Amino acid sequence: MSAIIILLFASISVAALFLGAFLWSVKSGQYDDEMSPPIRMLFDHKPAETKEETNI
Amino acid sequence: MSSTAVHQQLTCFHCGEDCANDKIMLEQKVFCCDGCKMVFQLLNQNGLCEYYNLNEKPGISQRQPIRRDKFAFLEDPKMQDKLVHFRDNTQTHITFYLPQVHCSSCLYLLENLHHIEPGVISSKVNFTSKEVTLVFDENQISLRETAELLTSIGYEPYISLNDLKNEKPRIKRSMIIQLGVAGFCFSNIMLLSFPEYLGLADADMGLQSVFRNLSFALALPVFFYSAIPFYTSGWKGLKHKFLNIDAPIALAIIVTFGRSVYEVLSGTGSGYFDSMTGIVFFMLVGRVLQDKTYQQLSFERDYTSYFPIAVTVVKDNKEIPTALPDIKTGDTLLIHSEELIPADGILTRGKALIDYSFVTGESIPVSKEMGEIIYAGGKQTGANIELLVIKEVAQSYLTSLWAGDQFKKSSETKSISFVHLLSRYFTLILFSIATIAAIYWSFHDSTKVWNVITAVLIVACPCALLLSNTFTNGNILRILGRNKFYLRNAQVIEDIAHIDHFVFDKTGTITTTKEQEVVYEGVKLSWMQERAIAALAAQSNHPLSKAISSFYKSPEQLPEVTSFIETAGKGTEAVVHGQLISLGSKSYITGSNEKYNPVTQVWLAIEKEPVGYFSIRNHYREAVAPLLKALGNKYKISVISGDNAAEQQNLVKLLGNDATLLFNQQPAQKLQYIQQLQQGGAKVMMIGDGLNDAGALKQSQVGIALTEDSNNFTPASDAILEASQLSKFMKLLWLCKANKKIVMAAFVLSILYNIVGISFAVQGMLSPMVAAILMPVSSLSILLVTFGSSNLSARLMKL
Repeated sequence: MSAIIILLFASISVAALFLGAFLWSVKSGQYDDEMSPPIRMLFDHKPAETKEETNI
Repeated sequence: MSSTAVHQQLTCFHCGEDCANDKIMLEQKVFCCDGCKMVFQLLNQNGLCEYYNLNEKPGISQRQPIRRDKFAFLEDPKMQDKLVHFRDNTQTHITFYLPQVHCSSCLYLLENLHHIEPGVISSKVNFTSKEVTLVFDENQISLRETAELLTSIGYEPYISLNDLKNEKPRIKRSMIIQLGVAGFCFSNIMLLSFPEYLGLADADMGLQSVFRNLSFALALPVFFYSAIPFYTSGWKGLKHKFLNIDAPIALAIIVTFGRSVYEVLSGTGSGYFDSMTGIVFFMLVGRVLQDKTYQQLSFERDYTSYFPIAVTVVKDNKEIPTALPDIKTGDTLLIHSEELIPADGILTRGKALIDYSFVTGESIPVSKEMGEIIYAGGKQTGANIELLVIKEVAQSYLTSLWAGDQFKKSSETKSISFVHLLSRYFTLILFSIATIAAIYWSFHDSTKVWNVITAVLIVACPCALLLSNTFTNGNILRILGRNKFYLRNAQVIEDIAHIDHFVFDKTGTITTTKEQEVVYEGVKLSWMQERAIAALAAQSNHPLSKAISSFYKSPEQLPEVTSFIETAGKGTEAVVHGQLISLGSKSYITGSNEKYNPVTQVWLAIEKEPVGYFSIRNHYREAVAPLLKALGNKYKISVISGDNAAEQQNLVKLLGNDATLLFNQQPAQKLQYIQQLQQGGAKVMMIGDGLNDAGALKQSQVGIALTEDSNNFTPASDAILEASQLSKFMKLLWLCKANKKIVMAAFVLSILYNIVGISFAVQGMLSPMVAAILMPVSSLSILLVTFGSSNLSARLMKL
């Protein structure tokens, strides 16, 4: 019986962790702009970085 | 072989526009203009040519040079304070709206600005709202310079009078958070409820109270937080003496919660926490789907979004950029070419050629002489002019249009959804069933009275109606949006379904301003003469001249033009092939004083001898003829135009004799016409495109703004439709009408569930188990029905 209760609380706290993560992501504005992040992650910043080095 | 090479059109490496020749070249790449070449050079020097690899020819054409001191007003500290949202010694934050943003290349370039200009610390693009937030160091680069930097690479910030009012509506996130919380609690309570439904062994009875109390704890955030929208909406309705659908729903939530708490605390049962949280969750999902808005579109624009934020005031021979609200009567304004005139004034210098299409819908620019009054809202198309302000911005003719009553109309006076009216009857019937059952049981078994009353209220709350309504609306909005028909909100679907009178604007709505039809009448011209006319017409920037030059368009080189003279607002002349050729208004060419000229004509003279004229008219959109015919069979149609009556006969041909045609209508008259129709009991839809239709769009039951491109500005309206989709208009209309039928069908289905549920409940036989299964099953089946049937209707219509 006690094993079930321990498992129960474990499962609810894991779920609560995900709820927390979801709330954080909403509050930090991750759902405000759904279009640019998927484009941004594909950028190859290489040409820009090499330029920076030559600047220095 | 060689001929194909000659005819292959050269396109600009930067912006993809046609190039006249291959004279502007750099590193084997052809450009259409020096502006494009310069942008390429700048990016090339800074190692940002990835810009051109991400998308083909992503640039913005630089053919129209931007005035050098356009952003001089950004040096004014007062203006800066209004626009900048954070500033300290090392950092300044500002957000610019860049309407040009359209592809991943734009994103790449704008977020790599610090490579071009080290003073920019960081830049972040919000693609959906087309905004870039810049953080820069004001010790290295000024605000004005950042705006100019963006302009130099083709992204000219759009700063309008509207930015001064500020306080942008913040994105509402609370509903999403409420949904998340409800989802979490619902799924866990479901998990906890099942063991009891399935029956616990006697040995495990200790677990029962743990499960029950845990469910109780998890239901608290749903009851006190997630369900708030229903309480507030229901309460608001009651305060205005209007029983909306949320009131009975809030009541059902409260009753369910109360009874469940009582059962758990008294140990008599496990309550209905799972049903309560489940229904709140599903209803929130529906609401979120229905309220999904189009961030990139605005349905609320008034004149302030069109007006510039500042204009140049001339004082003591000095040009001072001044914020628009600071302009006083008696100031002298310097209006540059292609600039909007912000206040009514008298022309004191220069020749004005004002394009009023914005205000009146009249497509041909009007010329004004010195001393004449120019009204706000016109756009100067010729050279720079100066004018003396006679009325301040807030009192000008154009802005006074917005002061009318129809713009103060609150949202409450707007139509009420049939769903609310239906739910009222539903609630009444429900209460009477509950009362009858209560009276019956008080005579037979008084212990069951409360049980029965609460059971009836729980099972039969109109949540099924709300669910079917929000999910259908949400899905229909999505389908319409996919077809580039964007509605302001879900209520508009229902309003569209009730329309019985369609009013179209002419210029820009049923005709397109992009193309013009040119017909020549007169003495037959030789090929050489045609080439000569094309060459002359190509010299002028007047829209009629442009129309003629594109009428004679051909890939060959145009002959040379000498001694070219342009008399603004009248006509042009020049010597081509040794012949003097003149193009212009009838009075300019023939010297006649005839004022009335129903058709837009350009007269032609060769060696001062009039030989004929070109009549130029707007091109009707292809989709218009079949659409008007189809609409005319079922509904009343009016066409209302700010233009002259030149097109009357063509329109009669399109519409038949039943339709009403009105010409020379001022914006205020358009509005009055809509009001007249409404007083006659008609439900009016206005379809227009410009600011001149704004009053009528707002006054009508449904105002649809037609736009060539949804990135463009549209006046305040209930819906925005892309012009290319006009051919689908009948289908979209049909889908809006189907919406109500789908909601009703789903509702009838839910009533069947309710009858089954109530028949058990009034007998006092409804076990928590049955109720718990019935509720999610009925909700889910309603979702399936609404989604399935709305998608099916769309597919039937090939949308």
